[in-house]
Amino acid sequence: MLTTLFALLYYVAFAIFVGGVAYRIWEYWNTPKPANIPTTPAPTTRLGVAWRMFKEVLFFESLWKGNKWIWIFAQLFHASLWLIIIRHARYFLDPVPTIVVLAQPFGKYAGLTFVLGALGLLARRMFVPRVRYISAPSDYLMLLLFIGIGFSGLMMTFVNHTDIVAVKAFFLGLMTFNWQPLPSTLPLLVHLGLVAIWMIIFPFSKLLHAPGIFFSPTRNMPDNPREKFQPVPWLPPVDQVEYDPPHGS
Amino acid sequence: MSELEKNPEAAAEELPPEALEDPLYFDPEPKEGASAHIRSFPAAPEFMEPLGYPGERPENWKEVALNKMKDLRGKFRSFRLFLDICVKCGACTDKCHYYMGTADPRNMPVGRQDLLRSVYRRYFTLPGKWFPSLVGARDLTEEVLDEWYTYYFQCSECRRCSVYCPYGIDTAEITMAAREILDSVGYGMKYTNEIITKVFKVGNNLGLPKPALESTLEDLEEEIEDDTGVKVRLPLDEPADILLVTPSADFFAEPHIDGLIGYAKVFHATGAKWTLSSYASEAANFAMFIGSYENMRRIALRIRKAAIDLGVKRIIIGECGHAWRAAYQFLNTLAGPFDFLDPNYPVPQHICEYTWDAIQKGQLKFDKSQNDWIKLTFHDSCNVARASRMGDYPGGQFDIPRNILKAVCNHYYDMPEGTIKEETLCCGGGGGLLTDDLMELRKKGGSPRMKALKQVAEEYGVNKMAAICAICKTQFSKIMPEFGFGMDDIMSVHQLVSNAIILPGSEQEKELMEQEEKEEAADAAE
Ligand code: SF4
Ligand code: SF4
Ligand code: SF4
Repeated sequence: MLTTLFALLYYVAFAIFVGGVAYRIWEYWNTPKPANIPTTPAPTTRLGVAWRMFKEVLFFESLWKGNKWIWIFAQLFHASLWLIIIRHARYFLDPVPTIVVLAQPFGKYAGLTFVLGALGLLARRMFVPRVRYISAPSDYLMLLLFIGIGFSGLMMTFVNHTDIVAVKAFFLGLMTFNWQPLPSTLPLLVHLGLVAIWMIIFPFSKLLHAPGIFFSPTRNMPDNPREKFQPVPWLPPVDQVEYDPPHGS
Repeated sequence: MSELEKNPEAAAEELPPEALEDPLYFDPEPKEGASAHIRSFPAAPEFMEPLGYPGERPENWKEVALNKMKDLRGKFRSFRLFLDICVKCGACTDKCHYYMGTADPRNMPVGRQDLLRSVYRRYFTLPGKWFPSLVGARDLTEEVLDEWYTYYFQCSECRRCSVYCPYGIDTAEITMAAREILDSVGYGMKYTNEIITKVFKVGNNLGLPKPALESTLEDLEEEIEDDTGVKVRLPLDEPADILLVTPSADFFAEPHIDGLIGYAKVFHATGAKWTLSSYASEAANFAMFIGSYENMRRIALRIRKAAIDLGVKRIIIGECGHAWRAAYQFLNTLAGPFDFLDPNYPVPQHICEYTWDAIQKGQLKFDKSQNDWIKLTFHDSCNVARASRMGDYPGGQFDIPRNILKAVCNHYYDMPEGTIKEETLCCGGGGGLLTDDLMELRKKGGSPRMKALKQVAEEYGVNKMAAICAICKTQFSKIMPEFGFGMDDIMSVHQLVSNAIILPGSEQEKELMEQEEKEEAADAAE
């Protein structure tokens, strides 16, 4: 029963996540960038843009200029998330790749820093008046969701060990359409339930910032409007226009 | 009315000392509605229709506005993406000079975006349709429309916020879209739309017809001749190699006009064949401020036509912040390709690029001591700093004007870090806000820049600030007296060039030679 429920939940969540994000990317991709509008000074070449993007995505370069506290908490949060994702790959891959094995010991503690980062961001949201002003209920809930995911995960790692072999069997079973029973411990069910919610809301929420940053015109365009002619797609070409008549002089 | 307005002096006493000194000071406690009363005058129908907008608000305005939003969302990736991906991190909240000056949270960049994002969410996203209060979505009502009008005309589209946002979210893009939506329901702004109408009718923002331009230019030629003994031409509508397009304030206002004299002298000294055009007598493009590509193009096409008609090989743009953005980022895009011009030069080129080039080639001679009474600083105009480039490497827009200033002036000092270059603070009057009805906002928004200036004035004795933007110059000459400076403490970059330049055959050259001879004689006598 529980196994069936979670199996179906995960199929649905996964479909929404992948389909939704793919759809959004398709949308962004197909929306024109009618003018060359990088925030300057900006690199003038594609390679330069790749470097700028690399620094933004990994090191949050702009955020560093903007606010050191947010940067610290955001880095804690996102760097931990990377480690956690790598660590969790062992539930889906058999055999487990070396890099995932190497990440194990760090991944374990990344759970702690992940929750810490989220708590820091939550504290800012609650106690910095400017940030409180711009926060909607969904912004708090989003952080609580992450804290919930992190906390339930930590419970399993440090307090109430789960039968991870069975968990792995469950997920491998999902992937091969050969369902295996899911251990029914509370932290695990909470953990998996929240992760499914996260996947479902992803394509409809600000979580889109993750794929979105790569499409941001102020960051991903090389600064070359003079060098390269980039016409506005919906305006007629210049040889088909009418000019304003000269003024009587 | 807020406490602050009732009793401004009491409020001033309560302010912490850093509020008066730190240019980047912001009120940690947002004061909701603190600038809600600052509203520009809306445009009359006669200034809406020529731009292709309805003169009155249509019956079905709501539908029209939402359709416009849908339309823009399909046309501008920036608009769609920025509305979607803001995570409300708050990094931008203290970065807007209007927030620093007013403490109104709707002037925090993300606060400004949210005015529109909330409506976008309500009508264009699932969560907003299903759970509006959960995600801060709201219906489009007349109050919302009024709020848009108020706060989207409290943004100078300076892009300072986009520097600090982890996703590069540029509130200026949202502001432009919001203004376009407002215009589409007949709710335009008087100042911007009146000016655009004037360009269509007469050719420039100031409404100067050709005869007025001719006589101004003649006067300037006389003035230069009186001053230097050299006949320097300011040609209008003559066939030439270079078309100079400059903001029309350069024909009229102080200190702009001294900048125009500077360009003329530089062209003269380099032996260039250049001309102004009465048809394209405006480099500014106010249609950019209201986010209208159609109108922006109509204005940009004037430059193209003038270039063709006058048979020029190059286009050079005079000192102006947003005009340089309109030219740099949009001219080629909207009115290009310019394959009929000389491919050896970028299209368009900035007058500072031209002058710096001439300085490097040794074509210009200066007597820097003419500017010795000046201790100078430079205001990076935000549109030049964050929406354009000069020269062939990123950041050239910071170096080239400074290089020119240092070549003509012995005492140069930069304002504090965090207030210059890519982080520069707007003058407070850009983006179509340079109108008397917004004076209070202009003063408040200009205060961070003024505090930065005060710092270098106290530390180094700086007494003049140079700028390369027509709007900045006008704005500063208006607000500087409020902050204890003189209205002529703002100067054009090419005004300083003009002060120091030694034209071949001029009085100044003679004087300089005599002086040198005397010095040599004195040396020989020793
Ligand atoms: S910095 Fe960017 S993501 Fe953060 S609140 Fe401002 S606009 Fe949103
Ligand atoms: S573009 Fe400039 S004026 Fe507008 S919100 Fe951003 S910082 Fe403020
Ligand atoms: S007026 Fe000057 S400082 Fe202000 S927005 Fe324009 S370029 Fe920027």
